[in-house]
Amino acid sequence: MIPQISIGRRLTALLAGVAAVLSLLSWSMVSGLARQAAAQSQDNVLAASATTIAETVRSEQGEVRLELPYSAFSMLGAISEDRVFYKVTAGGTLLTGYADLPAPRADPASGRITFQTEDYLGEAVRTASVRRNVLAGTRAVPVDVTVAQTLGGVRAISGQLSRTAAGLSIAFFIVAVGLSALAARTSLRPLNSFAQAVSRRGPSDLRPLRRDTPSELAPLRSALNRLMDRLGQSIRRSEDFIAEAAHRVRTPLATVRTQAEIALRSAPDADARQRLRQIIRAVDESSRSAGQLLDHATVAFRAEDLAQDRMDLGVLVTQTAAALEPTATMKDIRLELDTAPAHVNGDAVLLDSALRNILDNAIKYSPEETTVRIKVRAAEKTARITVSDDGPGLGDGPARALTGRFCRGSNTEGIIGSGLGLTIAAEVLEAHGGQLDLGPNPEGNGTCVTFVLPSA
Amino acid sequence: MRYLLVEDNAELADSVVKRLAMDGHAVDHALTLADADACLRTARYDLILLDVMLPDGDGRDFLARSRAQIETPVIVLTARAQVSDRVGALNQGADDYITKPFDFSELEARVRAVLRRRGGSARNEITLGTALFDPMSGNLRLGEDNVALRNRETRLLEVFARHPGQTFSKGQLLDRLFSFDADVTENAIEVYVGRLRRQIGPLGLRIETVRGLGYRLETE
Amino acid sequence: MRHICLALCLSVLALPGLAQEIEARKVYPGTGDHSLRIISTADLDVFHPYILAFQKARPDLTVEYSVASSVELYKAIRAEAEYDLALSSAMDLQMQLANDGFAQGYRSTRTDALPDWARWRDLIYAFTAEPAVVVLSTKVLGDRPLPATRQDLINLLRTHPDRFVNAVGTYDVRESGLGYLFATQEARSTDAYWRLSEVMGRLLPRLFCCSSQMVEEVIAGDLALAYNVLGSYASERLARETDDTIRIVRMEDFANVMLRTAIIPANARNTDDAGAMMDWLLEVGLRESADAWPLPPLNKSSAAATTGFGPIRLGPALMIYLDPLNRRAFLEEWENALEQ
Ligand SMILES: Nc1ncnc2c1ncn2[C@@H]1O[C@H](COP(=O)(O)OP(=O)(O)OP(=O)(O)O)[C@@H](O)[C@H]1O
Ligand SMILES: [Mg+2]
Repeated sequence: MIPQISIGRRLTALLAGVAAVLSLLSWSMVSGLARQAAAQSQDNVLAASATTIAETVRSEQGEVRLELPYSAFSMLGAISEDRVFYKVTAGGTLLTGYADLPAPRADPASGRITFQTEDYLGEAVRTASVRRNVLAGTRAVPVDVTVAQTLGGVRAISGQLSRTAAGLSIAFFIVAVGLSALAARTSLRPLNSFAQAVSRRGPSDLRPLRRDTPSELAPLRSALNRLMDRLGQSIRRSEDFIAEAAHRVRTPLATVRTQAEIALRSAPDADARQRLRQIIRAVDESSRSAGQLLDHATVAFRAEDLAQDRMDLGVLVTQTAAALEPTATMKDIRLELDTAPAHVNGDAVLLDSALRNILDNAIKYSPEETTVRIKVRAAEKTARITVSDDGPGLGDGPARALTGRFCRGSNTEGIIGSGLGLTIAAEVLEAHGGQLDLGPNPEGNGTCVTFVLPSA
Repeated sequence: MRYLLVEDNAELADSVVKRLAMDGHAVDHALTLADADACLRTARYDLILLDVMLPDGDGRDFLARSRAQIETPVIVLTARAQVSDRVGALNQGADDYITKPFDFSELEARVRAVLRRRGGSARNEITLGTALFDPMSGNLRLGEDNVALRNRETRLLEVFARHPGQTFSKGQLLDRLFSFDADVTENAIEVYVGRLRRQIGPLGLRIETVRGLGYRLETE
Repeated sequence: MRHICLALCLSVLALPGLAQEIEARKVYPGTGDHSLRIISTADLDVFHPYILAFQKARPDLTVEYSVASSVELYKAIRAEAEYDLALSSAMDLQMQLANDGFAQGYRSTRTDALPDWARWRDLIYAFTAEPAVVVLSTKVLGDRPLPATRQDLINLLRTHPDRFVNAVGTYDVRESGLGYLFATQEARSTDAYWRLSEVMGRLLPRLFCCSSQMVEEVIAGDLALAYNVLGSYASERLARETDDTIRIVRMEDFANVMLRTAIIPANARNTDDAGAMMDWLLEVGLRESADAWPLPPLNKSSAAATTGFGPIRLGPALMIYLDPLNRRAFLEEWENALEQ
């Protein structure tokens, strides 16, 4: 797969590319113009110089005479420090000046100035030539005045202008790149906030997105909404399926169990009763296993994208303990609560499930007429729930092993269970960035289970 | 006590009715939500046992709809044991729920807890000789004298109280008192019977040992 | 070597070939085998201290110093005689050489420090600024004050022609390049020049090739007045004289300031040492105080301030009067004025 370049970068690069082209264009235009202007002004001065010389041409006693006015060269010296050459011919013969200075290629029309760029003495020169017809004696003699100047000054000026233009273009380009990045970021902001709105959602929030988006994002939004809708439907369907399946399986099991209990009441001999008890146990066993397996799957599912609701562990513990109170009463076990406010962030359903399993164990494995103590405490960085009982304890083996899947202790004979309770609790705490501590009850001979969670 | 059982599975309903009747409860059975509505209009119940999946709707929807009119406590029978379902049932106005298949002693425990929360009902008191016994709270009263029994003792006394003059074997008592997973021996019954005797003796109640058969409550 | 066929026929300068007239030559031997050949218009004794000081820093270098007139110097460089450095007081001729490609470029931090008016491109650099002055003997003044302008001078010459007959000296501009430069620049700048020239012409003026000769004659009493003398020579010479009747006067209406310039000829071989010498001359030229050296400094600020006229501008316009037609016309007029 080709790695996808970010839109922001692509947009910036595109705009910067445009800016670069514009910069280059403006630079070349400005330098072109500068060259032209410099050349033009040199031409003008050369023309003026040649004209001033030509104006001094006259005839005296049938002889062509002229003098070079000081200004003819001083004006050339004023614009640049370029070398100056000149030549004056009358009817093709040299009057004065540099004999080998290239003459105008075409015969210039009288009074018209012709310009040429030539090579002279190893340097490029610009020449301006003007012709004047002078009456020498009886015939008109064409007098050509050519003034030449090297191109250094023009090049220096246009070079400098071109450099200035380049500097400006580069500055323009840099500013444009900055603005491009800004523009890219600004135009992508709706997309980012859209993405944030989606990712801020809770794990099970599949409501359609209602926020206003720029029209470009509307297709994305509706596609996303359709996807969420389909997802929601399929989740609902599978939930319905599980519910239906559970109903269909568990209702007959309930019938069997009830019938077995009724039969047990009237069964006269011990053998029959023993068998009936086994039926009931088997039903309970399978029911428990199915429930725990589903719970375990739910934990794995919800832990993937954990809800981060702020809650008080004290409240949670009170509620969960109340739900288990009837079960405890059956064994005359007292649930003793000692809670303080302790806030954490997390998924209340999962934490309830974890605690339920721990309390269930405490009640299930403790003997009659004992006490289960539940304590909630908040420290600076952690919040803790401690559940301690006066039961048989966790046995000799490593306590950690009991959190393994389907792992049951040696003290469980005759007690129904699937071996998933501690697994569920440990996984819930791990998902919350906390941990499950198992150990002996320091104030007795039972078990002490601790939830350690990061405080909120 | 008078129960209303709303359950579309006839077999289960039958057996539940029968099982509750054994404990001396009167049970009306409704197959649909419409039936249940009809029953509720004509009679008063101590408790409703409500299945969630019914042919004419979801039991929880029924609850949400009729919670305002019905004061009777409701325990939901659910096939769904999943964590999220538990929360849903309670939020929609059930007093408690119990997962199918269920243990009747746990059901009773939950019923008692629910009724206790609702403030109890005096009409369920049983007269034992000159004393009054409330199986809900485990209270035994005779004039100024008041004895508070623990759960097991209460259950034991309730067995005798509901079947006056009947003799129960240790095995029968064991089945009624303990869940089927508890690893209890018949010796435990002797211990409880002994404790109960000491507590109710001063009120003029005696538990006789019928040699070879079991125990029987004597009310003078 | 470039053989450029230049048909620039400067009549007076178009003298035959390589046989330049070298007036004096001196070799300052160094310890090493490098040598630097300088051709200059400055007299040996004027330039002597410069060479000695330079050699103090570069004892290994042999310096060969040749003196020639500015025209001879010009011809020598044009004829591609082998010199490494050419120092001349005739700015126009130096300019012509540079323009026609007989000079090569040189740049250093020293040259970059020069003011713009003291250089042209990277070819010509000026290292002194020397004014043209009048040297006269106060004996001829009587009770008259020192003349301050050309008009004063004209009045003086007109009132006492007797005192000045045969006793006025000036450059023979036909021979002296510097004289020609002074004359053309002056003629361009003030019309009093031609009037003065006519007045002098009636007094049978004596014409000289060089400033030093004129100064000597004034000191000797043969001349009462020398016009357009190089101020540097005059003050250097008079400083050695006790006679206080001879005075140097700077005209207030207009005074030419000549820049003595250096070029490195295009065919120079020892360009490195020529550059070093150039730098050293510029260092001396850019000094602040006027004394200690025979030739005056460029004096960036004061040269312009005292008279109000800057030095003669370096630039192609200087070549105007070198044009044979112009030169012929100017000399005709000059001869008419001075030789009556
Ligand atoms: N409070 C406790 N006292 C003594 N033993 C305990 C206690 N809690 C857990 N155990 C031991 O740890 C084992 C694992 O417990 P876990 O809750 O994972 O499984 P379970 O209770 O056997 O089955 P279930 O999944 O039905 O809860 C138990 O079988 C039991 O041996
Ligand atoms: Mg467990």
